[in-house]
Amino acid sequence: MSAKLLSANHGAALAATLAGRANRAGRGFCSGVYPITPSTECMEFLCLQEIEKGRVVRTESEHSAMGVCIGAAAAGARTFTVTSSNGLAYMAENCMAAANLRLPVVLAVANRTLGPPWNLWTDHGDALMLRDFGLVQFFCADNQEVFDTILCAFRLAEDPDVMMPVMVCMDGFILSHSVTMTEIPDQAQIDRFLPLTAIPHQLGDTPHTLGQIEVPHQTEAHRQQHHAAMLGVPLVYAAIQDSFEAIFARRPADAVVAYRAEDADTLIVSMGTIGATAERAVDMLRAQGHRVGALRVRLFRPLPVAAIRKWFAGKQRIAVIDRNISLGFGGILWGEVQALADPGTVVQNYLAGLGGGDVRPEHITGMLADLLPRQIAGQPAMVEAV
Amino acid sequence: MDEPMLGGMAQTVLDRAHPLLRPGNTNCGGCGMSSLFHMMDHAAEDRRLQFVMPASCAAVCGGVFPLSTFGVPALMTTFASGSAVASGAAAVAQLNGEDTRVVCLAGDGGTYDIGVSSLSAAAERNEDVLYICYDNEIYGNTGGQRSSATPAGAITTNLPEGKTQQKKDILSIMAAHRIPYAASISLAHAEDAVRKLRWALDLKGFRFLLVLSPCPTGWKSEPALGMELVRLAVRSGLFPVLEIFDGKRHVINVEPDFSDEALDMYLSLQRRFQKSGVCAADLRPDLDRNWQNLRVLSGRIVPARRGP
Ligand SMILES: Cc1ncc(C[n+]2csc(CCOP(=O)(O)OP(=O)(O)O)c2C)c(N)n1
Ligand code: SF4
Ligand SMILES: [Mg+2]
Repeated sequence: MSAKLLSANHGAALAATLAGRANRAGRGFCSGVYPITPSTECMEFLCLQEIEKGRVVRTESEHSAMGVCIGAAAAGARTFTVTSSNGLAYMAENCMAAANLRLPVVLAVANRTLGPPWNLWTDHGDALMLRDFGLVQFFCADNQEVFDTILCAFRLAEDPDVMMPVMVCMDGFILSHSVTMTEIPDQAQIDRFLPLTAIPHQLGDTPHTLGQIEVPHQTEAHRQQHHAAMLGVPLVYAAIQDSFEAIFARRPADAVVAYRAEDADTLIVSMGTIGATAERAVDMLRAQGHRVGALRVRLFRPLPVAAIRKWFAGKQRIAVIDRNISLGFGGILWGEVQALADPGTVVQNYLAGLGGGDVRPEHITGMLADLLPRQIAGQPAMVEAV
Repeated sequence: MDEPMLGGMAQTVLDRAHPLLRPGNTNCGGCGMSSLFHMMDHAAEDRRLQFVMPASCAAVCGGVFPLSTFGVPALMTTFASGSAVASGAAAVAQLNGEDTRVVCLAGDGGTYDIGVSSLSAAAERNEDVLYICYDNEIYGNTGGQRSSATPAGAITTNLPEGKTQQKKDILSIMAAHRIPYAASISLAHAEDAVRKLRWALDLKGFRFLLVLSPCPTGWKSEPALGMELVRLAVRSGLFPVLEIFDGKRHVINVEPDFSDEALDMYLSLQRRFQKSGVCAADLRPDLDRNWQNLRVLSGRIVPARRGP
């Protein structure tokens, strides 16, 4: 174990490199990559690494980057790619294909606003566009978490009971370009943590076709299997956390991270780095005598319904902060979690930091000033954060 | 994993590579792609193959899950991704020191149109992939719309008056990537075809083969006449049969006799050309120019020999 000053982009690339090397006694590592701000530095860093039995293919598009991962995973290799924003939109068709083919590609996303008009800054709308594709989705709040989650993502994606792509999101620039101390395990530890990639349906010598025509009842069966595998993710992830802790002597973050939430009557729910800011806001509000806590949804797909319900139980008011908007509806996280609160709980949606606006603790305390006197929730409210 | 079943019968070792395309596939009678499979079968012998196929008639002909009419493992991809997915599979074969030939089989839509960007990129990277385009000059799978391989004068479901633009010269485009091998294959010249397939299977780097693939359904032609149509296309000079090494050395493999009679016969045997009434006289000036160019490129100003 060593500590290095790394951006989340470089940390993600390093995690992928170590995971790639860990499969050198298996069928190796292969990655297709294409640059886009703010994930470019991740692919550049990956391209600088020497990976025994590994290859990084510099493709002509994100669509092909995921295409390369699909071909390589179908041939049994460990696979990784990274993108952002329009790159993810362009890659989307193949993300769906990788998911439907149940190939364990690990996909890092440095979240960025979709354009044009071009905007380089963070917004979760890119990743959430793929919400229903059958990829596991994590949203991280710091660089260490990005690194750890990527390592866990390989283990999770390749777990025989999961066997599907895992997306790990980091807020563009806020994490992707911020340099912090990151603990990096040794290769030998990673080798112990990650078993060799074994994809049961990989192409071999036996004639069988992957991704061929299927009829409705077969698709139904496949969706059912995929859905069931998704629902099993929280349990598998918990076991991976145990194993991670046993090897690296440090526990990766939970699927849902609660902060001073036990005795709170009011909760602030969010994803990504806003969750870290919310914790500072909670401290400020607690100092003023408010019984406020925070809940950060780290695992968004599958949504850890039971855990969220447990934390929602008995709360009087819940603020759900979304750094995204489903136009014509409201915040996507809010849409997902509002039904998990007790009847009578005031669940109010705040849309903040869209297009990368800097959400600071005072924005969140401002939301609470709006929420606390409320007896009923109103429409999703846009909070200007500039 | 259990071996998939074919028509209720378990596969045996003998069923494996031979034939590549087994009974029960859904191709139309007289489909050129079916003939191509049989020639590949012949050429491949005991070589280990893996197919990668973007959306197309070829992807459909593999049959309904969990059956497979292909005698080798196959991976179906999104329409634009054949070359990219094949690159990934080939990279892993290479990393593991396997001699598996990754063969990407795509239609003209997946090659000339939507897949051209990933194709060009894989060629430029010189991936270890054998790319075969069976060119039926139409989007067969979606019922017969134009592609940039559709020849001038042919009607399609979305161009009922017939196409006015010329067909794209994909072989030159691929040769311009300076890949080790680019060649056109005539299904009517089996010996030449099998030789090229075998050569391409054993070569390293990116290899591109273009196959004129009769499509009775899209061409509105008699299923039994497919091979005859290809022969007429070659004889008349419409479909040059050549190979290009490293984008430089051009070798013409079959010398046409440039017969207008053959060309008119080719056109009149396909109802897709009926409406426009395109005839040999309309096409000849362009064909002549194309052939002058080919003569210069091949360094043979005078034809090597005459004959079909
Ligand atoms: C992105 C996308 N657009 C459109 C389609 C629909 N589609 C499937 S196959 C096909 C045409 C295939 O034409 P070609 O490559 O020439 O192969 P053929 O069907 O003629 O064998 C189209 C348009 C698709 N599958 N994916
Ligand atoms: S439509 Fe044409 S290419 Fe497709 S299977 Fe039928 S004959 Fe073959
Ligand atoms: Mg076609």
